[in-house]
Amino acid sequence: MNLDAKIPSGPLESKWTNHKFSSKLINPANKRKFSVIVVGTGLAGASASATLSELGYQVDTFCFHDSPRRAHSIAAQGGINAAKNYQNDGDSIHRLFYDTIKGGDFRAREANVYRLAEVSVNIIDQCVAQGVPFAREYGGQLANRSFGGAQVSRTFYARGQTGQQLLLGAYSALSKQIAAGAVRMHTRHEMLDLILVDGKARGIVTRNLVSGKLKTHMADVVVLATGGYSNVFYLSTNAKGCNVTATYRAHKRGAAFANPCYTQIHPTSIPPHGDKQAKLTLMSESLRNDGRIWVPKAVGDKRDANNIPEAERDYFLERKYPSYGNLAPRDIASRSAKEVCDEGRGVGPIGVGVYLDFRDSIKRLGHETIKQRYGNLLDMYRLITAENPYEEPMRIYPAPHYTMGGLWVDYNLMSTIPGLFVIGEANFSDHGANRLGASALMQGLADGYFVLPSTISNYLANEKLSKVPDDSPEALGVLREKQDEVNKLLAIKGKKSADVFHRELGKIMWDKCGMARNEQGLKEALKKIPELREEFWSNVSVSGSNEGLNQAIERAGRVADFLEYGELMCLDALTRTESCGGHFREESQTEEGEAKRDDQNFAFVSAWEYKGKNTAPVLHKEPLNFENVKLAERSYK
Amino acid sequence: MDFTLQVWRQDSPDKEGRFEVYRATNISSDMSFIEMLDSLNIELEQKGDTPVSYECDCLEGICGTCSLMINGRAHGPGACTTTCQLHMRSFQDGETIVIEPFRAKSFPVIKDLIVNRSAFDRIIQAGGFVTVRTGSAPDGNAIPISKIDADLAMDAAQCIGCGACVASCKNSSAMLFTAAKVSHLSYIPQGQPERMERAKKMIEQMDEEGFGACTNQAECEAVCPKGISIKFIARMNRDFIRSSF
Amino acid sequence: MILLQQMLINNPIIKFYNSSIGKKIVMAVTGLMLIGFVVVHLLGNFQIFLGAEKFNAYAAFLKSIPGPLWAARIILLTAFILHFTTAFILSLNNKAARGGSYKNMATVQADFASRYMLESGVVIFIFIIIHLLHFTLGAIQPEFHDLDDGFMRDDVYRNVILGFSNGPYAYIYIVAMLFVGLHLKHAFWSMFQTIGVYSPALTPLLKKLSVFTAVAVAAGYISIPLSVIFGILK
Repeated sequence: MNLDAKIPSGPLESKWTNHKFSSKLINPANKRKFSVIVVGTGLAGASASATLSELGYQVDTFCFHDSPRRAHSIAAQGGINAAKNYQNDGDSIHRLFYDTIKGGDFRAREANVYRLAEVSVNIIDQCVAQGVPFAREYGGQLANRSFGGAQVSRTFYARGQTGQQLLLGAYSALSKQIAAGAVRMHTRHEMLDLILVDGKARGIVTRNLVSGKLKTHMADVVVLATGGYSNVFYLSTNAKGCNVTATYRAHKRGAAFANPCYTQIHPTSIPPHGDKQAKLTLMSESLRNDGRIWVPKAVGDKRDANNIPEAERDYFLERKYPSYGNLAPRDIASRSAKEVCDEGRGVGPIGVGVYLDFRDSIKRLGHETIKQRYGNLLDMYRLITAENPYEEPMRIYPAPHYTMGGLWVDYNLMSTIPGLFVIGEANFSDHGANRLGASALMQGLADGYFVLPSTISNYLANEKLSKVPDDSPEALGVLREKQDEVNKLLAIKGKKSADVFHRELGKIMWDKCGMARNEQGLKEALKKIPELREEFWSNVSVSGSNEGLNQAIERAGRVADFLEYGELMCLDALTRTESCGGHFREESQTEEGEAKRDDQNFAFVSAWEYKGKNTAPVLHKEPLNFENVKLAERSYK
Repeated sequence: MDFTLQVWRQDSPDKEGRFEVYRATNISSDMSFIEMLDSLNIELEQKGDTPVSYECDCLEGICGTCSLMINGRAHGPGACTTTCQLHMRSFQDGETIVIEPFRAKSFPVIKDLIVNRSAFDRIIQAGGFVTVRTGSAPDGNAIPISKIDADLAMDAAQCIGCGACVASCKNSSAMLFTAAKVSHLSYIPQGQPERMERAKKMIEQMDEEGFGACTNQAECEAVCPKGISIKFIARMNRDFIRSSF
Repeated sequence: MILLQQMLINNPIIKFYNSSIGKKIVMAVTGLMLIGFVVVHLLGNFQIFLGAEKFNAYAAFLKSIPGPLWAARIILLTAFILHFTTAFILSLNNKAARGGSYKNMATVQADFASRYMLESGVVIFIFIIIHLLHFTLGAIQPEFHDLDDGFMRDDVYRNVILGFSNGPYAYIYIVAMLFVGLHLKHAFWSMFQTIGVYSPALTPLLKKLSVFTAVAVAAGYISIPLSVIFGILK
C-alpha cells in the first residue's frame, strides 16, 4: 500500500498557494461533463456539494435523513475558530497552526494543519456572506470568545448554536444549487457500499430507505462526508443515526483506515440514568470554571450529597492535580472520573457519575452571579434531570464525543483508493490525536468550501475516465452482494434486537478501549468482539421485509459494521503502546499519571489495510515529519 | 412507571392507518419519550413483531428530526421542548398516552409515525438563501451589523424545521416556518438585495405545497421548540405587501 | 383565451388575491372597513336616546343625501361580500390543508374567539340578513315600517321601539351582538398582525384594545333593545 501524502514542497506558508497554482484546471465549459457523488450533508458534505456544483460539476448528493439539514453538525454548540486576529491579541495563522498541532499532541501533518489555519479566515467571510447570524458587538463587528484553552480569542459563535447556524448556511447554499438544478439531492438514501472500476472509485450502492430498493449510482469521483464513529461506544454525544458504515465499507474495498484508536472523550456530559439510555447530552466544559468535582470518600456511600460532610468528600482533581485542580485537561479529568467510578465511588442511581458542585461558588459569588454565568446550562440540566443544580450538586460523566481517526487521505484529501475523496470528520487528517474545541466546524467547512473543490479538479483533469453505466458488471456485482447481505440479515430471525448487540459492543468498547486502555483489556476486547459478532450473525432479530421503510434493517446493518470496526479500533489501540492525546495507554504514563508520548517510535500515522474477512488487517505507517515545530511535552504545570 | 400507549400504525402512505394499543412497563421517570419508545421497540423486536417506526436523531432538541403528536400536542406537554427532550416524568403513572404522527395534507404519512416533510426543503429552495458563490465573500467585518439586528436575525434563524407549527395549526399553515427564514435574512444587510423577491417566491411555494393560511391563533408559537414568535409572521406579511405592488 | 388567462394570472392584483397572505390581507382591510361601519352605525343609533325628534331627523338627513349614502352602502356591500366570500374560500383551503384530523388535539394558547371566527361570522351574516329585512326593507313586521311621525318623516324611532317590543327580535338582536363582540375580540388585533403591524410594545396594547372594542360595541348595541325591554325607551 502506497501512503504517499503528496505534500507539496516549499516553505510551509506557500505550500497551499503553490499547490493550487500547479494544479491542473478544467475549462469551465468542460466541468459539466464531470460528475461527482457526495455522501453526507453535514458541514463538509453540504459545503462541498454546493461549491462543486457552483464550479459546474454535476453533483449527486446523498443523505439518509429526510432533509440535508438534519446532519449532526447541527448539534455543535461552542463555535468555530479562525485566525482573524480581530481582537488584536496576537493571533495569526501561524499561531492557530501551532495550537492545533500541539493540541493534537504532534500526531498530525504540518502541511494539512497549516492549510486549515490558512483557509479558516475565508470560512468566516463565506459564512457571514451567506447570512449566518454570528454574535456581534454593539459596534456591529463580529464578536469572539476564547475557547478550548487557547490563549487568544479567536472563536466565532452564534449563541450556543454555532453548528446549527453554520450547517443551515451550508444547507442554504446547497438549497440554492438544488433549486438551480445543479445538484440532484437524494434524501433518505443510505450508502451501502462503494463501487470500484479499474481500481478507481466510480460509484456507490444505496438503499432507498422509503422503498427499500437498492440502486447503483455511478460518477467520476466519490466524496465521503459521513462523519465519525463515536457511536461504536453506543452511548456518545453523537446522534442516533451516526454510523461508520460508509467509511468502513470503503475501507473494506481498499481504503486505508487511519488512527482508529484516536477518540475524544468529553468530560462533562450528563451521566446515564440507566441501561435504557439512548445517548449522552453534553454540557459545556465552562462549568468547570466554578464547579468543584468530587465523590464520597467511602465506597458505596449512598447518602444525599448535601448530607455528606466536608471531611468525607474527595475532591479528587484538586487532590491529584493541585495546580490545575478542576480545570485539568479534558483527557485527565475524564480518566480520573472513570477511575473513581470504577472504585465504586461513583454517584447517581447506577453509580456512574461524579458531582460537580456549585455550593462553594454560590457562597463566594452569590446565586445571581452563578445564574448569570451558567443560567442556561443549569436550566438545561434541570430540564433533563429534574434536579436543581443550585441546591444539590450536578452529576456529570465523560462521554465519547468526536473521533480524530478516519479514512486515510493524502494532502488532496484523496484516500488510498483513487477517486475516493474523504472530508470532514470522516477523514483523519487535521486533528492528530486530540481535537481542540471549535476546530471541528472549521475543518468540515475548510474541506468542503475550499480544499476539496480545488484538489478534485486536479484529479479529474489528470485522469482519463471513461463513462461507466449504472448497470456495468462491476456495479451489478456489488449490488447483488448488498442484496444478499440484506436478505441474510432478514433470514436470521433471531431473538435479540440489533440495539441490544450495539449496547453490548458499546460496553466492551467503553470498558476496554475508552478513556484508558491497557494491553490486557484490549486483548480481552479482541476476544469478546468476534464472539459477539458471531452471536449477532446467528441471533439478531430483524423483523419485517426488505420492501418499504424498515428501520430494523437500517439499524442492523450499521451495528454489523460497528461489530467489525470495534475490533480494528482495539487492534490499533493495542499496537500504539504510547499515550498521546485522546489515546491513553496505562502502560505509558509519567509518574504523575500523565500521558507519555513516545516520539522515537510512534511519530507516525497508523493506516490499516483490510485483508479479508478472516485475515488480520495490515498496519502501514506514514511517518510524520516536523520541520516547523519542535516536539514538546504537553504540560499542565 | 407503566403506561398504556395508543399508537398510530400505518403500513404505507396508501394504506389505511389504525391505532394499536401497547403497554409500556417498567419505565423510569428519567427516561426520555424516545427511550420509552425504544424500549417498546426492543420488546416488539424480541417477539418478532414489527417495531413502531418513528424518527429521531440528535436527541438534544436541535436537529428537528423527531416529531409526534403526544396527547394532541406537538412534541408533547411542556413549552419549548422537542419529543426527544421530553421526559416520562411529565406523565402520570398509569396514564394512557395517544401518539399520532404530525398530520397535514402537505406532510403525508410514510409509515406509522413518520411523515414526509420535504415540502419544507422546497420552500427553502424557493429562496431561503443569499445568492453568493463560495469564494466571492468580502471580509466578515466589512459588513457591520448592529447587535440588535444580529440578535433578531438569530431569534428567527433558530428554527429547527421540525414542523410542529404545521402539525398544531388547525389550518396546517407553514407561516411560522416560512416567516422565520424570511425574517432571518430580512434583518441583515446580506439579505437585502433579494429580500422582496425571496418573500414572494417562498410564499408562492408555501401556497403551492398546499399549506393553509394563518388565523393568528398562535398555536404554532406555543408548541415551537425554539419559541419562535409570530411577530415574524407579521414581518413577512409586511414584506409580502411591499413585494406585491 | 390562453392569452387572457395569462394576463389574469400575471395581473398583480389577482396574483395578490390568489396568495394565502393576500386573502388574509383582504380580510383585514375589509374587516377594518366593517369595523368602521359598526362604530359609525352605533354612534348614529345612540341618537335614539336623544328622543324621537332627533333620531327621526337624523334618519331624514341620511335620506336627504342619497349620493353619499348610496356610495357608502356600495362600498360597504363590496367590503362585506369580499369579507364573506374570502372567508369562505380561506376556510375551504384551510380545511383541505389539514388533511386528516387528530384523535386528540389539545389547544395550548389559542383563545375561544379565535377558534370560532367562522362560526361567529356565519351567525353575524345570518343576523345581517334578518336585520336588513327587519329595519331597512321592512319585510319583517311590515306593519311597523313606513310609519309617519307627523312631520312628513319616517318614524324610525317608533319602528325601533315597536320592533323590539314585539316578537323575538330584541332577543335575536342581543344574541347576535354577543357574537359580534366575540368576532371583534379576535378580529381587531388580528387585523393589525395580518397587515404586518407588530411590536413588542404595541401588540399587547392592541390586544387590550381589542377586548375593549369588543365589549364596547356589543354593550353599546345591546343597550338599545335592553332599554326598550326595560321601558327606558318608549
